[in-house]
Amino acid sequence: MTPLLKVTGVRTFYGAIEALRGVDVEVAEGEIVTLIGSNGAGKSTLLMTICGNPRARTGEIQFADQDITRLRTWDIVRLGIAQTPEGRRIFPRMTVLENLQMGAVANPAVDFDDGVRHAFELFPVLGRRRNQSGGTLSGGEQQMLAIARALISQPRLLLLDEPSLGLAPRLARQIFAVLREINRTSGTTIFLVEQNAYHALRLCHRGYVLANGLVTLEGTGSELLANPAVQAAYLGGTGQ
Amino acid sequence: MNSPHAASLRDAALVAGIAGILAFPFVGLLLTTEGTAPTLSTRFPEFAGAVVVIFFGRLGVSAARRGQGLLPLVLGLAMAVGGALSLVVEATGLGASGAAAWHAFVPGTFLSTVACAGGIAIAGLAGRNYLMQDRKPAERTPLPMGQLLLWLGIALAGFAILLPLLPGVDRRLIDVATLVLTYVMLGWGLNIVVGLAGLLDLGYVAFYAVGAYSYALLSVTFGWSFWVCLPVAGTLAALFGILLGFPVLRLRGDYLAIVTLGFGEMIRIILLNWYDFTNGPDGITNIGRPSFFGLPFKSEPEQGTESFHTFFGVTYDPVHRLIFMYYLILALAFVTNAFTLRIRRLPIGRAWEALREDEIACRSLGVNPRNTKLSAFAIGAMFAGFAGSFFATRQGFVSPESFTFIESAILVAIVVLGGMGSQIGVAVAAIILVGLPEYFRELQEYRMLAFGMGMVLIMLWRPGGLLTHREPTIRTRPAPA
Repeated sequence: MTPLLKVTGVRTFYGAIEALRGVDVEVAEGEIVTLIGSNGAGKSTLLMTICGNPRARTGEIQFADQDITRLRTWDIVRLGIAQTPEGRRIFPRMTVLENLQMGAVANPAVDFDDGVRHAFELFPVLGRRRNQSGGTLSGGEQQMLAIARALISQPRLLLLDEPSLGLAPRLARQIFAVLREINRTSGTTIFLVEQNAYHALRLCHRGYVLANGLVTLEGTGSELLANPAVQAAYLGGTGQ
Repeated sequence: MNSPHAASLRDAALVAGIAGILAFPFVGLLLTTEGTAPTLSTRFPEFAGAVVVIFFGRLGVSAARRGQGLLPLVLGLAMAVGGALSLVVEATGLGASGAAAWHAFVPGTFLSTVACAGGIAIAGLAGRNYLMQDRKPAERTPLPMGQLLLWLGIALAGFAILLPLLPGVDRRLIDVATLVLTYVMLGWGLNIVVGLAGLLDLGYVAFYAVGAYSYALLSVTFGWSFWVCLPVAGTLAALFGILLGFPVLRLRGDYLAIVTLGFGEMIRIILLNWYDFTNGPDGITNIGRPSFFGLPFKSEPEQGTESFHTFFGVTYDPVHRLIFMYYLILALAFVTNAFTLRIRRLPIGRAWEALREDEIACRSLGVNPRNTKLSAFAIGAMFAGFAGSFFATRQGFVSPESFTFIESAILVAIVVLGGMGSQIGVAVAAIILVGLPEYFRELQEYRMLAFGMGMVLIMLWRPGGLLTHREPTIRTRPAPA
């Protein structure tokens, strides 16, 4: 079976700076795959390159057997790749419901009422705040809104950029639990970029380690958790 | 004397001092021309008056801010009454005969008006403190803004519909109201571009000009009627909107503003210099007037045709046409408003607002920013085109002079000060920024001063615009199961 997302030899540049130096990543249908790495390793760049902004200079990105390397962001999204960009990026002056409505743009075929009901089941707090403007939500609630908004279009692949960023540990655990739930019940494939390596590796089926724009390690979540190099670099060396 | 009182006095003295420095050249000195030689005279009483008014006004403001009810209440009322008295004395004592007399005593009038208005504001603030001081904060329930604005909107619309029928309404008021409504409509059109889509367009007047010239040329060259030309002018303006939209799609914020400003000037300069087509600076005259369902407003209709007054069996009165014009622009403005309120609830309108909030998020959600921006530009321009045809038919004359940058600037000011995206806010701002200065034309250059003061006050008290409330486009949904 060919993977749902296949990134082959992708190199991405910011001006003269080579941020990705030939990255190969595969995500199979129904998997949770995580990408860990330190600051500046190119994690966010990889997610953004998959969405076509910035574009890969060389290499190929395939989604569901279709070459999407040269497509424009909004067309890529309409194929069934939803993204929660770094920093949440909810619409602050629009209400929670309006934010969710914007999530339906990518897939006009979905039943919005159903999607909203499902979102409020996953995140009950959003249901209580549904007429409140996005800017008045707490950081955690905004992250939930960003994830819920991405899920409204019922994507086949969900790209998440650091969902636990800036959240209290308890909230971060809650977000990870919901991600596992989404993957189990809806079968949504998830590709997750995280700095919180411990939680991310426990959540995922498989993981990649990115350093200086290259994939240096890959394996199942537990393999990577047990790997001494990963422990030393990303888990503070106390991975027992 | 220590504590807050001394601080207040010091503060008031400082502010009065600054005011004195500013007021001396503006108020204290007067340059007049007697014969050929300019002479400099002084106006110390007015100067002193200004400083005293500001001293006590500032005292009142700081007392009101500290929440002391009585002192500022008394001070404010005293200022209000004093200002009003002085106004009466100025108006009767000096004899308000003719425009020349205005100029002589406007400083006094102006000062008294400021004192009176300031006094009322301070007294109002203090009175509110006085009434509120016993209540717990919890009891101050927030007003249901959406409802309140809805009723305010209905009241304003009802007033606008009934205005020509009210007693004491003369030609001049209807004329000013028609002008204000033109700006309200333009403001609502620009609100789509600036308020909803967040694209700062400083060249909006270009589309207004395209609409006006479209109608003027079609009417004069082919004799087309207003009702045929209206959609044509709107379409042409929308096409120009797309034309402008394409090259500027990648630009944001300041850069977009500069390019749109340039575009606005380009259109004006083309109109000015393309003499064969637009008649250059001489403009286009004898533009057709609109008819009332085929009935022209003429005192003596041609043989065998009917005119408005003969058909309805009333005596000819030129006011009929003015009132018709008023209702015409009112209807056009209502259409603009209804359109905007409706489209906000549709995916395209929501995408505009989302684009204003965060373009990157929009891209990542599958919104095509190019088409979304173009549609905002085109639809905003279309309404400017409608308003432009109305302008041409109302004036019967167009020339490039009517479409200068200041028009665009006033429109942007109306939208921004009204509160970006708020329909009622735009209408209120248009009344304040266009209606009042126009109605008080006798005040000559002081009306621009008042214009500036109005802008400064709005910026001080309502930095987000007059009405910052944003009504959500959807309200309730079934509660989560």
